[in-house]
Amino acid sequence: MNVTLKLFAAVRDIVGESSRELQLDEGATPEQLWRDLVSHHRELYVHRIPMVAINEEYAGSDTELHEGDEVAFIPPVSGG
Amino acid sequence: MPMAYLTDDIIDIRNLAAGVVRPSDGAVVTFAGVVRDHHQDKAVESIEYHAYRPMAEKEIDKVVRSVAAEHPNVRTGVIHRLGMLKVGETSIAIVCASSHRADAFEACRKIIDGVKETAPIWKKEFGPDGTEWVGWQSDRTDPVPDIDQKE
Repeated sequence: MNVTLKLFAAVRDIVGESSRELQLDEGATPEQLWRDLVSHHRELYVHRIPMVAINEEYAGSDTELHEGDEVAFIPPVSGG
Repeated sequence: MPMAYLTDDIIDIRNLAAGVVRPSDGAVVTFAGVVRDHHQDKAVESIEYHAYRPMAEKEIDKVVRSVAAEHPNVRTGVIHRLGMLKVGETSIAIVCASSHRADAFEACRKIIDGVKETAPIWKKEFGPDGTEWVGWQSDRTDPVPDIDQKE
């Protein structure tokens, strides 16, 4: 299934991309995506998995993804 | 249709207030979040704000609606600026208007607290000691053995 991954702030800087189109198996979760990112970007290893948003709503990292979902990792926010 | 809460332009607080205040309002509380020249012990020269824009609009709207439900007599306006800001510039402006001040003060505080907690907005600080995404370094957990090991 097709899923869009959005990256922000420090995670975007480390990975080097703001957006990535992914081909995933059914039942994939954001937690699996994070582990994959960490395996390719060692600097992420010392950080807990950030907050997750699916289709612009906060969601659990173990939420199963569906075709067309937009997943985002939300590092610690600092707005306001 | 909710108002747009994000802008790339300099914030005009008076304009924001003009859109909120009614003749029945006896109290107008205004909050401005301003870029300051330090963060803990580090000097700051400028800050760049980034956002997951569509989600930030939604999350700010949720905060505004939640506060409106708790304070139905208060009207509010919120604008958060994105992009590069220098010390002294306003990053967020909130206007709360009500017949009486207790409600307006309370609503304003709840809005800034809520936005700071939930909006997917990030600031990158620039200063003489370097550049840092606020909140990222302090989010580290265990050291990575081969990166952090000293000789």
